[in-house]
Amino acid sequence: MTEGNGHGLTLAEKILARSAGLDHVVPGQIIEGDVDLAMMHEQGAQTVAPFAQMGATKVWDPDRVVIAIDHWVPASTEGAAVLHRILRKFAAEKGLPHFYDVGQHGICHQILAENGWVVPGDLAVGTDSHTNMLGAMGAVAAGIGPTEMAAVLALGKIWLKVPPTIEVRVRGRLGPGVTAKDLVLRILGEVKTTGATYKSVEYTGATIASLSMPERFTICNMTTEMGAKCGMVAPDQKTYDYLEKIAKHPMHPLQADRDARYERAIEVDVDGMPPMVACPYSPDNVRPLPEVAREHVRIDQAFLGSCTNARIEDIREGAALMKGEKVHAGVRFIVSPASTEIYKQCLEEGLIELFTDAGAVFTNSSCSACFGGNMGILAPDETCASSSNRNFPGRMGAKEAKIYLMSPAAVVATAIRGEITDPREMQ
Amino acid sequence: MRDVIEGRVWVLGRDVDTDQIISGKWLTVIDPEELKKHVFEIALPEFAANARPGDIVVADENFGSGSSREHAPQALKAIGVGAILADSFARIMYRNAINLGLPAIEARGVRALFEKGDPARVEMRAGKITNVRTGRSIPFPPIPHHLLDLLEAGGLVETVRKRLIAEGKAAPA
Ligand code: SF4
Repeated sequence: MTEGNGHGLTLAEKILARSAGLDHVVPGQIIEGDVDLAMMHEQGAQTVAPFAQMGATKVWDPDRVVIAIDHWVPASTEGAAVLHRILRKFAAEKGLPHFYDVGQHGICHQILAENGWVVPGDLAVGTDSHTNMLGAMGAVAAGIGPTEMAAVLALGKIWLKVPPTIEVRVRGRLGPGVTAKDLVLRILGEVKTTGATYKSVEYTGATIASLSMPERFTICNMTTEMGAKCGMVAPDQKTYDYLEKIAKHPMHPLQADRDARYERAIEVDVDGMPPMVACPYSPDNVRPLPEVAREHVRIDQAFLGSCTNARIEDIREGAALMKGEKVHAGVRFIVSPASTEIYKQCLEEGLIELFTDAGAVFTNSSCSACFGGNMGILAPDETCASSSNRNFPGRMGAKEAKIYLMSPAAVVATAIRGEITDPREMQ
Repeated sequence: MRDVIEGRVWVLGRDVDTDQIISGKWLTVIDPEELKKHVFEIALPEFAANARPGDIVVADENFGSGSSREHAPQALKAIGVGAILADSFARIMYRNAINLGLPAIEARGVRALFEKGDPARVEMRAGKITNVRTGRSIPFPPIPHHLLDLLEAGGLVETVRKRLIAEGKAAPA
């Protein structure tokens, strides 16, 4: 017996079976699933033309479509303004009420998370590759292209190949100054950028269970860098508590079967693990941060932002280190909260003032410097310490520019000293 | 979709991510005719000016990793690329290409089979890629029916259009 009968299902298999109305699925099987939530950001503008070419007139369920603009907010180029305009017009014409426009804006994944748009058991798709982040709700959440999104808007369905699942089982306790970001970097160092291509990654074990929802978002977010279709944490009491007041749709929580069949299991023990850093030019080029710090890597820019790490918890953590300190001379430090809600919280808690007094630039919420097309762009010989998720050549501007990925605490420590610094030295 | 695709190849290395195909600064451009001028600006700068319709792109592992930007396969399609062959693809790139009706074929060892400018022949149903200069060929696993149907129809737009017409939700053109 190979696949098929008698073995249990992983969480992704359970969710995909449910979405297709089947009792059982096997890896490799092509299914057509009902979509619970469809999210579009600026790339959704490219959905409008194929939607019309398909002959579609109505969106299958306007209550399950969210539009959030985030890459260029407010529009920083004429091209971006046109994308926003196309989306506004489409939303008005098709009667799509859940539009997070300039003023209510935030990074699309954060908008989905903090407004309870994705709930346990869901099949969610979005026009951005980091849609994987929402897997932290115990859902299958995957990025798709805009033509595919047009088909989803028309049909409410999507074809998917059932992925094999890799289990990443984490145990041990994260030490002081060591964060979920360090953990996911460590995992990436092992799985590598192609290690989970076409696959689902299920994060399990006591350490994962001990993480807060924001920390789980950070972990699932960077599953994208492993090449995965989706990454997820099974729902538990923390998930239900997080969603209790905000869930937009009824939950249908699922768990992996006890005898689920994983393609591979990876064990990670975090006891004694130091902070980690991904060096240029790949997110899997991961080294212990103290080792890199000994090489006195000088930086020109620091960035505390992106869907990976710009939640209120991240900014508070950074602020705790920033308090009473100054941004190092010659360093530009950009802080960009992940949503307008988080921006308001920062305002209330005095964090905007704290960072501004220290010499940082505190921006409105957006993708900001993360992708090299909006602001905070790097010149060829420059180096940046960033809490974001990608450091490919050209990611933040010039293709020669170097990006080091690290935790928010490490970014702040580095901004203060002007060179890559172990945040534990600052505490 | 033609069953036999022939063309001159361009070769690329591994991990050519979407930033190297269409860099972030061109993301607000949605006209494929404009996009095609910037394709592979980082990975293969001489490509955009010299590519001819029908050319075939050959890459090593993990082609198209990174973002979900459809700009990447759109630009390749606009410039007239006949097929993308790679040792392996990143998943969104693979889906995007097929959904646009651009054949994306995963074949282990395909990068090593070619040098720049070699003539290639791809037999879609037989599952075979040949370097016409050297005469060497390699097999590739059968493309699932579902995807062949998509390519056959010319991509997802046509497929969905037919389905909506069949379901009475769209008027025949
Ligand atoms: S913050 Fe960066 S990674 Fe996240 S959605 Fe925006 S551009 Fe993409």
